[in-house]
Amino acid sequence: MTGAGWQLQALFVALAIYAGAALAAVFLPRHRLGFVYAASAAAASLAIAADISAFFNEVVLKEQLPVGLPGVGLHIRLDGLSAFFGFIVNVGVLMASIYGAGIKRADLSKRIEPLYPAFCAAMNAVLLADDAFGFLFFWELMSLSSWALVVSRHDDPDNRKAGYVYLLMAAGGTMALLFAFGGLAGASGGYAFDTMRASHLTPLVSALVLGAALFGAGSKAGIMPLHAWLPLAHPAAPSHVSALMSGVMTKVAIYALIRVVFDLLGDPQWWWSLPFILLGAGSAVGALLYAVQDQDLKRLLAYSTIENVGIIFAGVGLAIAFKSSNIPPAAGIALAAALIHALNHSWFKSLLFLGAGAVLHSTGTKQLDRLGGLIHRMPKTSAFWLIGALAISALPPLNGFVSEWLLFQAVLTGPVFPEPILRFLSPVLGAMLALAAGLAAACFVRAYGTVFLGRPRSPEAANAHEAPFAQTLAIGLLAVLCILGGLFGGLTAFALNPLLVEYAGAAAAINTQTGPTPFSLIAFDQGRAIYDAPTIAFFVAVSAFATMAAIHLFASKKTRRSPAWDCGFPDPSPATQYTASSYSQPLRRVYGGVVYSSTETVDMPPPGSLREGHFHIRFSDYIWRFLYVMPANALWSLSERFDLIHYLTIRRYLVLMFSTLIVLLVITATFM
Amino acid sequence: MTNAYDVAHFLAGMMLVCSFTLLYQDRILAVLNTFAVQAIMLSLAVAWQGYVRNAPDLFITAAMAFGLKGIIIPVALNRMVEKLGIKRDVDQVVNVGVAMFLGLGLTSLALLLVLKVTPGAASFTREGLALALAIILLGLLQMILRRNAVTQIVGFMSIENGLILAATGARGMPLVVEVSVAFSVLIALFVFAVFLFRIRERFDSVDVESLDKVRAARAHR
Repeated sequence: MTGAGWQLQALFVALAIYAGAALAAVFLPRHRLGFVYAASAAAASLAIAADISAFFNEVVLKEQLPVGLPGVGLHIRLDGLSAFFGFIVNVGVLMASIYGAGIKRADLSKRIEPLYPAFCAAMNAVLLADDAFGFLFFWELMSLSSWALVVSRHDDPDNRKAGYVYLLMAAGGTMALLFAFGGLAGASGGYAFDTMRASHLTPLVSALVLGAALFGAGSKAGIMPLHAWLPLAHPAAPSHVSALMSGVMTKVAIYALIRVVFDLLGDPQWWWSLPFILLGAGSAVGALLYAVQDQDLKRLLAYSTIENVGIIFAGVGLAIAFKSSNIPPAAGIALAAALIHALNHSWFKSLLFLGAGAVLHSTGTKQLDRLGGLIHRMPKTSAFWLIGALAISALPPLNGFVSEWLLFQAVLTGPVFPEPILRFLSPVLGAMLALAAGLAAACFVRAYGTVFLGRPRSPEAANAHEAPFAQTLAIGLLAVLCILGGLFGGLTAFALNPLLVEYAGAAAAINTQTGPTPFSLIAFDQGRAIYDAPTIAFFVAVSAFATMAAIHLFASKKTRRSPAWDCGFPDPSPATQYTASSYSQPLRRVYGGVVYSSTETVDMPPPGSLREGHFHIRFSDYIWRFLYVMPANALWSLSERFDLIHYLTIRRYLVLMFSTLIVLLVITATFM
Repeated sequence: MTNAYDVAHFLAGMMLVCSFTLLYQDRILAVLNTFAVQAIMLSLAVAWQGYVRNAPDLFITAAMAFGLKGIIIPVALNRMVEKLGIKRDVDQVVNVGVAMFLGLGLTSLALLLVLKVTPGAASFTREGLALALAIILLGLLQMILRRNAVTQIVGFMSIENGLILAATGARGMPLVVEVSVAFSVLIALFVFAVFLFRIRERFDSVDVESLDKVRAARAHR
């Protein structure tokens, strides 16, 4: 396992397998397309091995390929950061491919299967690009292939709208990134990342580059208020693609931000952290308030993705703040929190989306109020989904807790900031993140409760069946990853140290060796904060089993089965159960007027009348209304005014051109 | 050398005078004749450049300018006008005084611009370029001010005259470019002719106002 550059060759082979599978799938008949999942899984396994080896050997491999722009070529670079995110991408791809292998032959489609490996290849290639042209090319390939997957079920008008909004946002984002790289390249125009690293920018240009990169990568990551496309597009794609888009593609966007801000842009200013912290905290809370109201299982998960991206943004922001304030250990902790949360989120969000896909496939619906009671019909999926829901709610000893714990360690270091604004902001951020954690738990209690518990609310849910073996296998493997990632989170964090040294300047911010057990995670030093997941897991397990044993030991042995207490269920109709909307009603009442305008109207029949009463909730999304619809309408009316220009006479056109020419000539004559 | 400048300036200046004449002349046959004179002046100017600079390829340019624009195009336009039966007066959008003032303004703008932008170039090139630019701008102005399609075509052709003058004044275009430009002008003439007769067939007039009415009707549909 010595680094002789084989890792990069292996990644090239993996890319070639992806591309070959995509190409072959174009020509093969529809019912034989299942092979793309086997090919993608093979390519992903190879890439995982290469990424792991490259990461642990701390290799930096460079290559210049003679493709791409004439005379420029294509710069390729594999370093620790690329390898880390490559690992995230390829684990996600592997799991989604295993899930995809369970897709029935009749469901294979020319609109999905050829694009799937192309999408995977593009995500991998973005991470390897080492110049702006290559980066933007693969970025756009990633956007377009995922867009095509979003509109693969184009007969649904909602999907077409989702595709349209996504395409607009993706195009705008790529353009912003183009400007960001233009700013980084400067007047001399060195588009290789190496020349960007070496160049020094003025503060104004750096700020503009930061803004453009935030817009470009932030819109792809789905940060609020650039998120509008995400809850539309992610659920519209087939479920295993949704898992990739939510779990993995958003991480590629995070990678782009980290690459630009920590690697290419030079030494950070303290105020660069403000947009990250503010947007991150706002997204974390705001997105969950939408998620907790949503009736669509997959859209709910998409909103939760926005929340998690917000958490990662907050970590990145804190890392910038600490780095610029010259507090490297804290910067290391914050960056580690962001990176580990990216890794963890890719696992549990893939799990939840794949699980939602299994539910959708088996019941034909993703409406919460048409599901229920699936724990009896899909026991394995239910168990794994529960693990994912616990992990995303950041409960110990699962993996979500590790990254949130690290993030809170960084937040709690806030009082040492020299900047008063940051000193003031860090407790606010802490409070927002705590609120987000609570809301996330509420959101997933609601989702799990309505989907898997209770009685089925529709005949489809009552006739559900367990997902095919390959699909439960993929979900189960991800659940195992979530558990292992939680138990051995300390080791993951420790492995990140080389990255933290390189990008945050923090030597040995994370320590495991001096703890009470080999797996304990120590932030700063032992006196301040230790999290020992295996020990906690051990005590949780022991106490739970002890309680269970005690109950069984001392409780009455005489159990009898009888109908449920009638006051709970006076009516056999499943509509009498607690529903998703009734669970979220208190939150809707509290935040309804502030975050989104929700109005409830109750239409009660007068006494004596026999007609039905009606209860109506109307939602209106402020962000969508004010930041998307209103500018779009303004643009529309403006272009209608300018439409007049289409109907001028020939001579007026000539006058227009002539006067433009004269104005230009006068300007030249005056100022030259 | 000064004589060479004088003659060159005289010929270019005569072309400019022709442009002004084209601007105010309101009889269609006179417009065509003036255009022919301008083209002949152009061919003389180009030939003089060829003689002074000892560049024989410029003589080919001169011959083409003389043959095509001095003879063939004016004759063709003459026959068209006869066929269309429009030997009557042409009407202008603004009156002659305003047109002349606009023309003077454009000429001074051209002079001001070229003399200011090219302080390093040889002195003939600068003034030749200024006069050529003035001719181009006047041609554009003529296209805007005229209503009759035939005189608009003449404006277009006189822009091309200015371009050739500018090209020979500087260093001369490569012959291939020169020839292809000349042919494209000929083809443009054919296209114009076809359109003229089509317009005429449709509206019983070659006044472009009648085209505008069609467009206006479409705009309000």
